Amino acid sequence: MATIKIPPVLRASVGGEREVNASGGNVGEILRDLASSHPATESQLFSAEGQLNRYVNVYLNDEDVRVLEGLETAVGDSDTLVILPAMAGG
Amino acid sequence: MSPSGAELLRQVKNQIEEIDPGVVHELIGEGIALIDVREVEEFAAGHIPGSKHVPKSYLETRIEAAVPDRDAHVVLYCQSGNRSAWAARTLVEDLGYSDVASMTGGITLWKDRGYEVEVPRALSAEQRERYSRHLLMGEVGVEGQVKLLDAKVLLLGAGGLGSPTALYLAAAGVGTLGIVDDDEVDLSNLQRQVIHTTARIGIPKVDSAEETIHALNPDVQVVKYPLRLNAENIMETITGWDIIVDGVDNFPTRYLLNDASVRLQIPVVSASILGFDGQLSIFKPYDGPCYRCLFPQPPPAELAPSCGANGVLGVLPGTMGLLQATEVVKLILGIGDPAIGRLLLYDALAATLSEVKVRRDPDCPICSRPPDSISDEEMGVFPDYEAFCAAAG
Repeated sequence: MATIKIPPVLRASVGGEREVNASGGNVGEILRDLASSHPATESQLFSAEGQLNRYVNVYLNDEDVRVLEGLETAVGDSDTLVILPAMAGG
Repeated sequence: MSPSGAELLRQVKNQIEEIDPGVVHELIGEGIALIDVREVEEFAAGHIPGSKHVPKSYLETRIEAAVPDRDAHVVLYCQSGNRSAWAARTLVEDLGYSDVASMTGGITLWKDRGYEVEVPRALSAEQRERYSRHLLMGEVGVEGQVKLLDAKVLLLGAGGLGSPTALYLAAAGVGTLGIVDDDEVDLSNLQRQVIHTTARIGIPKVDSAEETIHALNPDVQVVKYPLRLNAENIMETITGWDIIVDGVDNFPTRYLLNDASVRLQIPVVSASILGFDGQLSIFKPYDGPCYRCLFPQPPPAELAPSCGANGVLGVLPGTMGLLQATEVVKLILGIGDPAIGRLLLYDALAATLSEVKVRRDPDCPICSRPPDSISDEEMGVFPDYEAFCAAAG
């Protein structure tokens, strides 16, 4: 099970957790597993067409999955996914 | 019988390598470490260009900062070649440097040969005292302090992030600070906006910030912009500044700032905060990614709580603002590894600082193009965001 780091704005959708575990062999499967365990996250992560929303950055460990293979990027059990929306507070 | 001072000096000179100023002149730019071992006043009166200053009386404690590599080719000089001879022996015998020479005849002979001498801008006695802890550091010194005094840094916002940043940049002697803020001091600001005071509630933040800065350091010139940045005024406002510190509290201005700063090629030290979390990165146009490379689109209002009133731990903007101030000072001094192409993530509850990589987007709508091809009409544009925020309240 890979670890997913949950940003502050999504924590309410996962019962206040800062990190959750989810199953899957690639980024897309893991995020789908997250969305099925915590349905409130689905519309925040995915567009109506099933694509990852462009305003959500996802990193495999410290690398943006957009420069890897996107949702197809393979993920191992010891990997960490970081979900990172922009923040604008000052 | 103990030898006389003159005899001892002859012995020392026999033990070390001496090098003629003509040879040193040839070697400059070839990777030698040239060290002036004279006193502060002598160095300030004129020194060899490119030399570093390590007074002989502090040699043992400061040489490592100036020359970390003990196998580097080190050339020492003083006024006439005597103090540098003693210093050379210390470096070789006591500190283990392997390749050290003392320049014959010192800077006096160097000048007699007609070689160039650099006279640095002198600091006043008060400045030498005020910035003495900087002057003691090899990485700053007089040269670095002069860079700080000559620097022009524009702060967007005298709020949570801008307050600590402005205070510390002023204390560090950044010579010109611009402050953009159209707000007035409110009681609810004072939980975190430490540049303001209870007595100044109701007065413009730019005036309050200026008063605090001048009380802390009269060296600093403050340029006040009591306005809200928009597409009409941004180019005029940010032109001519060396570095911009972004602490604005909304997405439209962050995108607008990005586009204008790419166009003018001004680096932006950017931070944002929410709750217990902070993010920081430097967007240095064309050297690294821009804000749009990192966040191609702003999130919708429900994922962007900065649109409305939200809580923030009072000390968090202090932490993030001082990380910004640190990056600004590093950029001015040209030292260290700046946070370009990296997004630092501070989690106050977990007490962790982690980072992710930020790449330049080859298809970035802004920074994939030459700066002068970015038009006024394109700056800060993205779909209906202000309406979205307004709807979310």
